Amino acid sequence: MRKQKKQSRFPDLYLIVLTALMYLPIVIVMVYSVNESKISSVWSGFSLKWYAQLFKDRAIGTAILNSFLLGAISSLAAAAIGTLGAIGTVRTGFRGRGFMEYIATLPMMTPEIILGMIFLAFFSLLGLPFGMTTLIISHTAFCIPYVFMQVKARLAGMDKSYEEAARDLGANRTRVFFDITLPLIAPAILSGMMLSFAMSFDDVIVSVFVTGVKVNTLPILIYTQLKTGVTPKINALCTLMFAATLILVILSSLIGRSGYKKKNGNTGGLQT
Amino acid sequence: MSDTILGLRDIRKSFGDTEVLRGISFAARAGEFITLLGSSGCGKTTTLRIISGLETCDSGQVLLEGRDVTDEVPEKRDVNTVFQSYALFPHMTVAENIGYGLKLKGKKKPEIRKAVAEVLELVQLPGFEERRPTELSGGQRQRIAIARAIVNAPKVLLLDEPLGALDLQLRRQMQIELKRLQKQLGITFIYITHDQEEALNMSDRIGVMKNGVFQQFGTPSEIYDRPKNAYVARFVGSANVLRGRAAYEGDTLCLESGGVRMPVLANAAPPAAGEVLTVAVRSEYVDFASETESGIPAVVKEKSFAAGMLRIALETGEGEEVIASRHGIDFDLSPGEHVRFRFRKEHALCVEAEDET
Amino acid sequence: MKPKRRGWENAVFLAPLYLFTLVFLIGPFVYMLVLSFMTRAETWGVVQEFTLRNYARILEPLYYNTLIESLKLALLVTVLVSLLGYPFGYFMAKLPPKRRALLLLLVMIPFWTSSLMRLYGWIIIFRANGLLDKLLMALHLIRKPLKMLYTYPAVAVGMVYALLPFMMLSVYSSVEKMDWTLVEAARDLGASPAKAFLTVTLKLTMPGLMTGVILTFVPSMGLFFVADILGGNKIVLLGSVIQEQLMKVHDWPFAAALSVIMMAMTSILILLYRRITGAKEMEGMI
Repeated sequence: MRKQKKQSRFPDLYLIVLTALMYLPIVIVMVYSVNESKISSVWSGFSLKWYAQLFKDRAIGTAILNSFLLGAISSLAAAAIGTLGAIGTVRTGFRGRGFMEYIATLPMMTPEIILGMIFLAFFSLLGLPFGMTTLIISHTAFCIPYVFMQVKARLAGMDKSYEEAARDLGANRTRVFFDITLPLIAPAILSGMMLSFAMSFDDVIVSVFVTGVKVNTLPILIYTQLKTGVTPKINALCTLMFAATLILVILSSLIGRSGYKKKNGNTGGLQT
Repeated sequence: MSDTILGLRDIRKSFGDTEVLRGISFAARAGEFITLLGSSGCGKTTTLRIISGLETCDSGQVLLEGRDVTDEVPEKRDVNTVFQSYALFPHMTVAENIGYGLKLKGKKKPEIRKAVAEVLELVQLPGFEERRPTELSGGQRQRIAIARAIVNAPKVLLLDEPLGALDLQLRRQMQIELKRLQKQLGITFIYITHDQEEALNMSDRIGVMKNGVFQQFGTPSEIYDRPKNAYVARFVGSANVLRGRAAYEGDTLCLESGGVRMPVLANAAPPAAGEVLTVAVRSEYVDFASETESGIPAVVKEKSFAAGMLRIALETGEGEEVIASRHGIDFDLSPGEHVRFRFRKEHALCVEAEDET
Repeated sequence: MKPKRRGWENAVFLAPLYLFTLVFLIGPFVYMLVLSFMTRAETWGVVQEFTLRNYARILEPLYYNTLIESLKLALLVTVLVSLLGYPFGYFMAKLPPKRRALLLLLVMIPFWTSSLMRLYGWIIIFRANGLLDKLLMALHLIRKPLKMLYTYPAVAVGMVYALLPFMMLSVYSSVEKMDWTLVEAARDLGASPAKAFLTVTLKLTMPGLMTGVILTFVPSMGLFFVADILGGNKIVLLGSVIQEQLMKVHDWPFAAALSVIMMAMTSILILLYRRITGAKEMEGMI
């Protein structure tokens, strides 16, 4: 009897403890963001002064803007390229299909450091100036697989007769695409884009290599500060970013009830 | 023929190495209800898709009102399809689904609204405009799918096993309703099914398909009463097919099997004596011979009860299975018993042997 | 005429992906390979002169040891992540639907959260006289501060922490898909719970576990910023060497050779995964 009780309790306990541990560092950062003291191990009272300082910091503001812009453009570009590519791959049984799929998902299976290295080398070979352009190209490259996989899965599970019915009713291929295919795969594109945005917004490794000296993204700024001297402003910044993430996650789970599942299915990146 | 609305001429189609259509030809008249009947893989769906243009054929011609549309894209053809899965667009309301074809034709909104309301009335679902396909029952989806096709007033309506997903009772009801609708609209229907009862009930003419060719094309009574070959006899009439040698007693053609000769009805080209003869006899016409009558010897294999009839399965000395059906539950025969069976001349049709390819 | 038109339409759909990957993915990969056989110029840049020296250099004790140490750490991290993550994914899949959905959300949130923020929390914890030291001293478990920050365990913890969600989720998705009647059948046939788990459950969820292993092992050699932040410059990963060679030493051919080796190891792992599970795509990736 006692043994049985213990058995049934253990899984719950395990889940709770591990989840709590996952949130521990996040909570600590949030708590210290309202700490009066500059030394993070000392608690000297509640204060919002770091937030005030954060908003005065021009460099951080620019970095946030850069990261937003980068995330938005990359995820949009990835959405366009990945969606079209997925449709082309699924709807046609051409010979190089398997190879194409492998190539399209290659960035997912490549350690990010290698992506960073090859982009750095290749862009300097081309003579591209490092900055926003190189950031966008490289981020688009590692975002494409997320959209591609999502849309491909959605298309593969889609009844072909929807498109056929539309043609039968008099729609040409273009109309079919805009009236039927696109609305039906829109949720997959959207969730792929959100994942892409999150990946781009959080990327350190690839960005470090291709950012150059002029443009700072938010993760790079935080990374440099963590390596050198940390001011508690970073606590406040991280807390705000966490809040933004929270809103994004909740929004995405509201978009579709199947949202969890799809996202869950798409955790397969090699990004961290 | 002037009132021919749809014509298929020697349509051939292969998928890879598999030949799925091997010369399909037929002509449908205006307002005709034609059923393509066959089991799965016989090529009936491919034929339908070639008519709609969703599939291209390797050779042959599709004629719509005398015009060659073989190379025309589906959206240009004046035919519409009711899909097996209904294919109602999940992101559109019922009204948007039905109005989609009209919208593509550039019709004005009020006109579309009116047409949608009318066609919903016709399929007996008035007021369903704002529903979503997911909120409908199977039978309702079926009606909406039909409405979406007929609202465009196509020359030919193609129906791909439209009742396949419905339960038996609803199927019967929808059969009657489809027939009514077809008469009312006067549209030519090309209907696909594997259910011979459905085909016999609704069609003006039936094309029985197997292995990409028509086994027989004719009216329901032709198909049922005068099956051309063993396959049609078996598939449409659930008839027994007996094989033996041809023999003649005077002018009368007889089937010789198990040392017994049974007179049969000859067809146009009766075989010479000694050749293989195939005969179709429906199960209700299989009689048991009395002491004094002659009959083909057989052994009772099993008895079962189905659809109000007792089925008695027999096996002849040649190993052929013969089903005899009787009304009532009880029949004084048990498995293993030796019997002799017979049939009357007028119930035994001489048919072509089944094409084995 | 028809096939031609189809081909043209496919081209419209596939062209962007095709062109982009060709120019910005295949191109760079090929260049990496070429670069790894080139010679470094005296001061800056690359001389187009074929050499195998870059690969030979990897065998020098300094780099060879780093490679081995990096592999060892990656292995350690992978084992820890598997041991911690598998039960989590397994238990999570067995929760009732409502609580499962909630927990899934809770796991997703840190996954979507900035990895730097999560690492930064650990700095505060591990720092000398930081939270961990204070807690342990308050409990009288230690007398002097541990000074965990910039140590090997700190890096290991940081990496386990960063990669754990991948394992949890990929195990979860394969346990969730599992047909439980098979386990019941095994129990019915007389298998003990442990035996049923080992012979049925573990076998059936192997693809999920393997995906998790790949998603952990592959990046754990390259996460130089974790080693940087939590390990100071004491813990050097293969990724750190590549980054250093690229950004500080400017020996690009050598960095390329190291990348080729790393890529080769990754590819072998993925091929092994496909061989073992027979899957074309990674479980939980779709």
